[in-house]
Amino acid sequence: MDALIEVKNLVRHYRGVKAVDGVSFALRRGSCFGLLGPNGAGKTTTVEMLEGINRPDSGSIHYKGEPLGRRFREEAGIMFQSTALQEFITVRETLQLFASLYPRTLPLEELVATCRLGEFLDRDARRLSGGQRQRLLLAIALVNDPEVIFLDEPTTGLDPQARRNLWDLMEAIRARGKTILLTTHYMEEAYILCDEIAIMDHGRIIAQGTPRQLLATHFNDVILQLPETDLGPAGAVLPEAGQVRNGVVEIATADVSGTVRGLLEAGAALERLRIRDRTLEDLFLELTGRELRA
Amino acid sequence: MSIELALRRFRAVLSARNKEFMRDRTALGWSFLFPVLVVAGFAFAFSGEPPAEYKVGVIGAVPATGAPAFYATRHIDFIPAPAPADAVTKVERHQLDMLVDPAARSYWINDSSPKGYLLERILRGSGGGDYRKQTVSGRAVRYVDWVIPGILAMNMMFGALYGVGYVIVRYRKNGVLKRLKATPLNAVEFLAAQLASRLWLLLTVATLVYAGTNLFIGFTMNGRYLDLAVVFLLGATSLLGLGLVIAARISNEEVADGLVSFIGWPMMFLSGVWFSLEGLHPWLQQLALALPLTHFINAARAIMIDGAGLAEVAPDLAVLGAMSIAFLALGAWLFRWEQA
Repeated sequence: MDALIEVKNLVRHYRGVKAVDGVSFALRRGSCFGLLGPNGAGKTTTVEMLEGINRPDSGSIHYKGEPLGRRFREEAGIMFQSTALQEFITVRETLQLFASLYPRTLPLEELVATCRLGEFLDRDARRLSGGQRQRLLLAIALVNDPEVIFLDEPTTGLDPQARRNLWDLMEAIRARGKTILLTTHYMEEAYILCDEIAIMDHGRIIAQGTPRQLLATHFNDVILQLPETDLGPAGAVLPEAGQVRNGVVEIATADVSGTVRGLLEAGAALERLRIRDRTLEDLFLELTGRELRA
Repeated sequence: MSIELALRRFRAVLSARNKEFMRDRTALGWSFLFPVLVVAGFAFAFSGEPPAEYKVGVIGAVPATGAPAFYATRHIDFIPAPAPADAVTKVERHQLDMLVDPAARSYWINDSSPKGYLLERILRGSGGGDYRKQTVSGRAVRYVDWVIPGILAMNMMFGALYGVGYVIVRYRKNGVLKRLKATPLNAVEFLAAQLASRLWLLLTVATLVYAGTNLFIGFTMNGRYLDLAVVFLLGATSLLGLGLVIAARISNEEVADGLVSFIGWPMMFLSGVWFSLEGLHPWLQQLALALPLTHFINAARAIMIDGAGLAEVAPDLAVLGAMSIAFLALGAWLFRWEQA
């Protein structure tokens, strides 16, 4: 496996808690790696150690076989979850500032075109909409034509249009052969963009693989969906795997024929029955539980 | 090659910081307006006639018995003058209206001082007819002449502590520093750019405020402007270094604000900005010597009022230089990009 970044046994304490507890994984060159997990799972702490912002208490991180150093800082592009930019300078000046910090940079016009900054290039960076701001932060992350790009919850808080727009940008970056580490709690985002996924909880990786592998490993069933009102007398004999959400009964089953037969015999009306595949969201909830996190 | 890149990074951060400051109209306006208002206020407040009070310096002890009746005149303040040479200088500057030496039966007055003239008449009419007259000349040193070096230095102090201390803390709090840490920019390049930006501003403000108020007030300047510039450069550097130490770790603007006030206000009162430290309690005087602002103001006043050269203020300059190096080194060593 051609690993660009290799992480072994990372441990870090944060405010007296073991926020990251023995995390290991590798980022393959040219892949998009998704780090998923509920709030407080240790995603950002892990990513910030990889970015060189925080040091691990123990464990190692190697970039191209070397510990993180100047080479890494010159070749990595980073988009933090929240970043303040210097005030009173325009989008263009902000890009010029960051460009001056690196030995090798992309032409400004290319960045502007890629991240579509043209319409607000001379605006004060404080006066941008959420989506515009994320595009600028992405452009800053790309300013040094990085080999590896870290995106920490890049689409959190964006409206659906801005989110899809950012996905297109990320796809375009991936198409150029860049390596991406993405954290998100939108499963759809991870499914669309990532080649490989690790799900974290309580500081540990609890599942890892390609989205398909993960689903195939953890699930051998599908979900039957039926409006609750259509169950009729079958409601009394609802299988244990069934759950009601928003007036719809969801029954997980590996034996579709058997379950359907059982429902019919119990008197349910199946005209509006639907079958769907298991999704990453099912997996996520299955692995991390359904209780509300901070 | 590497130096070239380092210089490019330094220039980029410097330029961004300058733009930020120059475009922040309120901060910029206030930087210039505040010291002008203070100077103008003092010039106005002390522009009237000084109170009718006569100050006579006396070399040696005031004679008790058998002395001329002059020494018993009411409304004359007789002040012991242990150092005759300094006392003569004070007569030149109208800080003393007359100096007498009872033992040598002689006196000094300033030929341009009306009070000196009146005191001479009183002395001659009350038993001092045989005193030998010596005349000195010199312009009066007004309070505003005396206070201007203090005001300029004080303004630099607050400009340095807030402009470096507070601003870096704000950058740390809102994440600007974290973002910069993730680039090849190193701490020395970043801090040097912050200092250079503020140093340039402090010196510009001091020059413009001095030149502008000097047009209307006409300060006493007995020394060389180049020497004064050296003192201001070194003084500003030491105060910027202190700002750096304050900003090294804190990530809360309120705490930074409090700390700047906690250091800045006592320093302002103990460094002789507004009044001479001669009357201060001895241990407060010792404490004052530990403050960079004291040495800054001493040196600036010595040059402007006494016409001292760099050699004469060398002890103050040496202290300022040592403090600059110590503060800058400590500030850079303590500096952290991230929040604690």
